[in-house]
Amino acid sequence: MSKTVLKIENLGITFGGLKAVQHLNLEVKEKQLYGLVGPNGAGKTTVFNMLTGVYKPTEGQFFLDGENLTGKSQELINHKGIARTFQNIRLFNNMSVINNVLVGLHNQPEFKCGFFTSVFRFPRHFKAEKAMRERAKEILRIVGLEEERNNLSCNLPYGKQRKLEIARALATNPKLLLLDEPAAGMNPQETADLMSIVRHIRDEYNMTILLIEHDMKFVSGLCDEVTVLNFGTVLAQGETKTALNDPEVVKAYIGG
Amino acid sequence: MEILETLINGLSIGGTYAMIALGYTMVYGIAKMLNFAHGDVIMVGGYTIYVVMAQTGYPLIGLAAAILFCMILGVTVEKLAYKPLRGASPLAVLITAIGVSYLLQSTAQMIFGSSPKMVTLLDLGNVKLGSLKIQWNVIITLIASFVIMLILTLFVKYTRTGRAMVAVSEDKGAAQLMGINSNAIITLTFAIGSALAACAGFFMLMKSPSLSNTMGAMPGIKAFTAAVIGGIGSIPGAMLGGILIGIVEAVSYKITVIAPYTDAIEFLILIIILLVKPSGILGKKRREKV
Amino acid sequence: MKKNFKIKHYINYIVVAALGILFTVMALTDSFASPLALIQLEKIVIAVLLAVSLSVVVGFLGELSLGHAGFMCVGAYLGGKVSVLLEPVLGNSFPTLLISMAVGGVVAAAFGVIIGLPALRLRGDYLAIVTLAFGEIVRSIFMNSSRETFGGSLGLATPRFDKKYLFMVGFVMVLICLAVIQNMMKSKHGRAITSIRDSEIAARATGINVTKYKLIVFTVSSFFAGIAGVLYSFSNNNVQSTNFSYNYSIEILVMVVLGGMGSINGSIIAATLITFLDIKLQTILTGNLAVLQDFIYAIVLILIVIYNNAPGLKNFREKYNLQSLINKIAKGMQNPAKRRDDEAKWHRVPTKIEIDEVLSTKIQRDPTTSIKPDKGGND
Repeated sequence: MSKTVLKIENLGITFGGLKAVQHLNLEVKEKQLYGLVGPNGAGKTTVFNMLTGVYKPTEGQFFLDGENLTGKSQELINHKGIARTFQNIRLFNNMSVINNVLVGLHNQPEFKCGFFTSVFRFPRHFKAEKAMRERAKEILRIVGLEEERNNLSCNLPYGKQRKLEIARALATNPKLLLLDEPAAGMNPQETADLMSIVRHIRDEYNMTILLIEHDMKFVSGLCDEVTVLNFGTVLAQGETKTALNDPEVVKAYIGG
Repeated sequence: MEILETLINGLSIGGTYAMIALGYTMVYGIAKMLNFAHGDVIMVGGYTIYVVMAQTGYPLIGLAAAILFCMILGVTVEKLAYKPLRGASPLAVLITAIGVSYLLQSTAQMIFGSSPKMVTLLDLGNVKLGSLKIQWNVIITLIASFVIMLILTLFVKYTRTGRAMVAVSEDKGAAQLMGINSNAIITLTFAIGSALAACAGFFMLMKSPSLSNTMGAMPGIKAFTAAVIGGIGSIPGAMLGGILIGIVEAVSYKITVIAPYTDAIEFLILIIILLVKPSGILGKKRREKV
Repeated sequence: MKKNFKIKHYINYIVVAALGILFTVMALTDSFASPLALIQLEKIVIAVLLAVSLSVVVGFLGELSLGHAGFMCVGAYLGGKVSVLLEPVLGNSFPTLLISMAVGGVVAAAFGVIIGLPALRLRGDYLAIVTLAFGEIVRSIFMNSSRETFGGSLGLATPRFDKKYLFMVGFVMVLICLAVIQNMMKSKHGRAITSIRDSEIAARATGINVTKYKLIVFTVSSFFAGIAGVLYSFSNNNVQSTNFSYNYSIEILVMVVLGGMGSINGSIIAATLITFLDIKLQTILTGNLAVLQDFIYAIVLILIVIYNNAPGLKNFREKYNLQSLINKIAKGMQNPAKRRDDEAKWHRVPTKIEIDEVLSTKIQRDPTTSIKPDKGGND
């Protein structure tokens, strides 16, 4: 049995009386592709926001590789190894594609280069810059954006912007990658393309991936296990096919 | 007795600040922008009063003309300078507002020169209540500003248009879907804010008759302080904040040691409030959706 | 190719240095028309320092600071005071200037850290107002200082630097400022700063230490504003707190915005031009006309911001911008006769054959397109 990368224990958050998420328990194993699904407003993105430190959970805790990261700052959580993409794309719009990825590489120890090293242009600065660029190109190649590295990121089409967000998250060298609706707004061709990219990332980098997605084909084609949320509580959990066919889940989606 | 005098003075200054702060807070609530030029509308009102007074001699006609002119000015500025930038970055809007402020000040200086003009509105002397000696002007300002604020509160609470304003400030998109013409509401807000600024200009001239092209700048910033203290976007908050700032100012002027630092003290309060409780006393905390 | 690229990077240093050397030679050979020219040069250098240092905050971090004159004020008073204290010991000399600059710059930078702290919690309008409030508080403190410390409302009498080379020191400071800021921006640290401007939330999620970088930006920016203040105090006989009101901060902001936010070279050019115009117009525009200049700046400021930012003008902007204008002029200069031909062609209604020609070439270039030439050619 492979080891547990993310362990969530009884996690919950309340916004002024509204219980947005409660009693969430889940475990994601190494190299697993784990899905978080549920109708709109079920609290999926809120879970991501708690896992990345945007919101402080009001109850429960979560562990990355056994280390408790509950309520830590966003920067620290990223340093510890959780990276994410955003549902409503948040790229650095006025920067080029490669610069977006280079920002992701900022904290990698192998490219360490202090403020004064850069300002006084010590040789180390040039070495680090060159190595960073090489790595950034490599990452862009994986998501198929190498050709467009010098374009402004806001000029990319929608689907490519989503891929660039993945590349940027990947650049921070995470242990766990959180993808928030990566296929939203993509056409079937792009979605299929994305599926193979996600698989490739998992295999190549031994990445553990937790993703939110509405496209059920995408989820069932990709994820080994899912958790279904509705109104902040867990409806079903387990192996993808079984969980998605659970009568409660069907009811929540179709109504009745 | 001196304490009571200071307090009444403070309330009167505060009433003036509150009226300016209302303009800031309503525009901020509805158009989501800091109208940096709002203070300069006071100055425009002041000069309008000056011109009309020179022609007619009646202060109230001056006030009416100032209200009208400032309303037109406010709406024009909104249409020409701010409306094209709706949806642009807040930084761009703020810089434009600074530009408008600069424009109004320099225009006034071109027309009226840089030396201050004197306008004597009403000199009614003092009123004596026992050992209490207060200027009539102070009392008029106090009463008038409270009446205006009361009318405004009732307007927002009980009229269709007023409720539409609240709706637009809560959620512009949703209000539009409910059939509210949000552009018209924004225009109206600028008109009301500018009218209040004109009134504030009148009260300021009653207090001190000197008129210059930068007379609105400092009160404008202080009134913004008041709006922030009360909680930006909140109408009662602006009144409360205005009165608090007025009292702080009146008290600070009374104490010789700190009197020269009065402005600095008010700004320090602003910084502290923004750092400790940016949503102000009566404001709501908003969360950015991620 | 690679060599051209490099020259492009260093062109502004070269221009500034060349001008500095040129003026130095002129000063040493007494070829300036009047001694006033030196003071005017000093003014320009000070304005350039202020504009470049403010552009880091406004253009790259994307925050509005209305307290830049406050930092300059700190530098001017502290540097001025140090020079007053040092004059009996070291005289009106270069070491006095250097020590004053160090003290003024460092103290202003310390204030930069202090004002950077609110920047960690506040953004946009609120931060702009806090910086404005800070500038006014600083000014008020100096204004109400005692006669012995900072001169109070009469201002601090400082020794004017009696050597010709004050403006040279200014040029060197501009070069240093350029080097620090450009090197900072063209590195991973600069990318981190611009990422905060574009999306603070995403920057945090990407592990950028937002706190650290905001503080760095405010510190660097206020350091050079402080240096500009010290130069100011050496250029004038007197440091007056009234000169550093927020109107002055706004004037610097105008330079940055007119130069194009995020463009250091633009800030340099705008600062130079505006200061130069200020000096030239001072003698021409007198009385009430003196504000005509402010009036024009205000209108230009508003128009430029609307042109650059209005969402409704996006298409207009893409069609009519400086780049396309330059291209047009360049094209026109290349071959005026050909341009007339081109224009004549457009005024004539194209024939069917021409349209077919255009469409068929398009099809050759892009075989996947489905437009048939005869379909498009029909009138």
